[in-house]
Amino acid sequence: MSMQPLHQGSLAATTGGAGAAGSCASWKASVVAELAEVVSHEAVNGEYRHLVVRCSAEAAAAEPGQFFQLLCPQPVGEQPFLRRPMSLYGADPDKHQVEFLYKVTGAGTRGLDTLRVGDRLDIMGPLGTGFVLDPSWRSIVAVGRGAGLATLAPLAKTAKANGTRVTAVFSARRPDLLVSVDLFHSHGADVIAVTDSESTSGPANVERILRRLIADGACDAFFTCGSSRLMRVQQRLAQEFGLPGQVAMEQQMACGIGLCYCCVRDFNVNGEIVHRRVCWDGPVFDLMEALP
Amino acid sequence: MNPVMNAVAHAAPDVDLSVSIGGLKLRNPVMPASGTFAEGLEKVMDFNRLGAFVTKTITRELRAGNPLPRVVERPGSLINAIGIPSKGVRYFVEQTMPHYAAYDTPLVVSISAPTAEGFASLAAELSIPGIAAIEANISCPNIEEDGKAFAMRAESTEKVTRQLREATKLPLWVKLTPNTGDVPEVARAAEAAGADAVVVANTILSMAIDLKTFKPCLGNIMGGLSGPAIKPIVLRQVFQCAKAVKIPVIGCGGISTAEDAVEYMLAGASAVQVGTATFLQPAAMTTIIDGLRSFCLHREIPRITDLIRGVVIEEADEPDLAWLDPVS
Repeated sequence: MSMQPLHQGSLAATTGGAGAAGSCASWKASVVAELAEVVSHEAVNGEYRHLVVRCSAEAAAAEPGQFFQLLCPQPVGEQPFLRRPMSLYGADPDKHQVEFLYKVTGAGTRGLDTLRVGDRLDIMGPLGTGFVLDPSWRSIVAVGRGAGLATLAPLAKTAKANGTRVTAVFSARRPDLLVSVDLFHSHGADVIAVTDSESTSGPANVERILRRLIADGACDAFFTCGSSRLMRVQQRLAQEFGLPGQVAMEQQMACGIGLCYCCVRDFNVNGEIVHRRVCWDGPVFDLMEALP
Repeated sequence: MNPVMNAVAHAAPDVDLSVSIGGLKLRNPVMPASGTFAEGLEKVMDFNRLGAFVTKTITRELRAGNPLPRVVERPGSLINAIGIPSKGVRYFVEQTMPHYAAYDTPLVVSISAPTAEGFASLAAELSIPGIAAIEANISCPNIEEDGKAFAMRAESTEKVTRQLREATKLPLWVKLTPNTGDVPEVARAAEAAGADAVVVANTILSMAIDLKTFKPCLGNIMGGLSGPAIKPIVLRQVFQCAKAVKIPVIGCGGISTAEDAVEYMLAGASAVQVGTATFLQPAAMTTIIDGLRSFCLHREIPRITDLIRGVVIEEADEPDLAWLDPVS
């Protein structure tokens, strides 16, 4: 989808350039829609698939918490029309690769499931505002459930690079459905798993775990995705202990780049309820402003 | 002269892509459809390549928009009921407009109001430097009860257009609805009342029901259908309207490719608006501009305006359209 460089040059000459936002002499796409090549695509358990694609430098520059809009292949008998938003699971600027971890749930992901190594997938990104990691934080806590674990995964790598210690509290229905535990371990993170089947995933138990981490000095900030219940626990603790936090939110999307206003959610900003676009103002928001 | 520009000038015979819409000259006939364009797209394309900017519809009052879900997809199409969330006219003038001032592309502002007087006062307030034209959205299916809008009837279209005409000297585009039985008659009413162009058309009033819950798929129950599925319908309406009026018709409905844009221009459109296609391919508009140039080069058409109303209808083969358009 990139434009011909000659043409950009000619327009720059005819318009004489403009302000910082509109200077087309220096204009360059920072979001691209492109055909990326499937490098690997594997089932990680009964529900989740891990997809790795080779892409442009722009796409591979994606940061933790950002997302892509995938134009999914059409599975037999179904015609998904819109792109599907998908959290970044990993990005490698050196190899020009991005990774996604997804659960097969609908027409779009059933289409993704048909991809074989060597196939092309139209990806658009990177999109949205991601997590911000303050290098002064010595340790952070990441709390995720379900597909939210995939969204939190890239944090582990960035935190390691900053010298920030990560404790991850991962929630799932059953132990075999926990994803990205190995990835967090490989970046030196501690992982505490809680599950429905072991009756350890209730908010009361998660609160006990988080209080202990705070008491141990292991929580300078909260990062969370995938559970309103667990988000509320963290909001309460963040308030009580004066801790910062960030949450990655989900919402049905159409354009993914702030045009259509279909993905708005309510946020509490200093007592006032305001609409924000998840795709453009987020998907990562201040923990204290998020509403379930 | 810039050496890069020389290289371009000598690389190929030039195609004149410029069009004139009611006195407003555009560098090419491709612009966004209202509601599918915002600052985010500058990450994807050079805004100085577009024929015009068309803003999301603004209103005088603050509007929250419709309850969620606001969109649902269907094969080849999208139904939306966004409901025109608006931060109001002051926010637009102070916060949004400066962003577009950095570009050498005309800014067309889409407006809506609940009354003809409201439309007129908003148009007057927005007749300021930096705004190149007003597009009166008298056809949004989502903000009036049961999809009713001014453009459903010729009389109400004439009334609101006349008041708008008195309120502004800016080029006035009136966006029509496809949800009425006689769109050419409504187009004629807009022309008679002083519109400089008509935009044909807004989305098609539609509905979808969730078979798990038996509930409507949209929070607003009904919404507007857009996307490739509606192109043949709106193309027919553009053809009919271009026969009915002398002012330019701007085609809008399911345009995804340069070929779609050519088809619309042959049917009678002087320019085209691209909406839903941008949701699937964010650079659709610039791709279409490149494709129009290639099409004209390939077919040795020197000016894009040569395509307008270029559909070839053999005298003997002309269908009797009287039953479609009883007024003509």
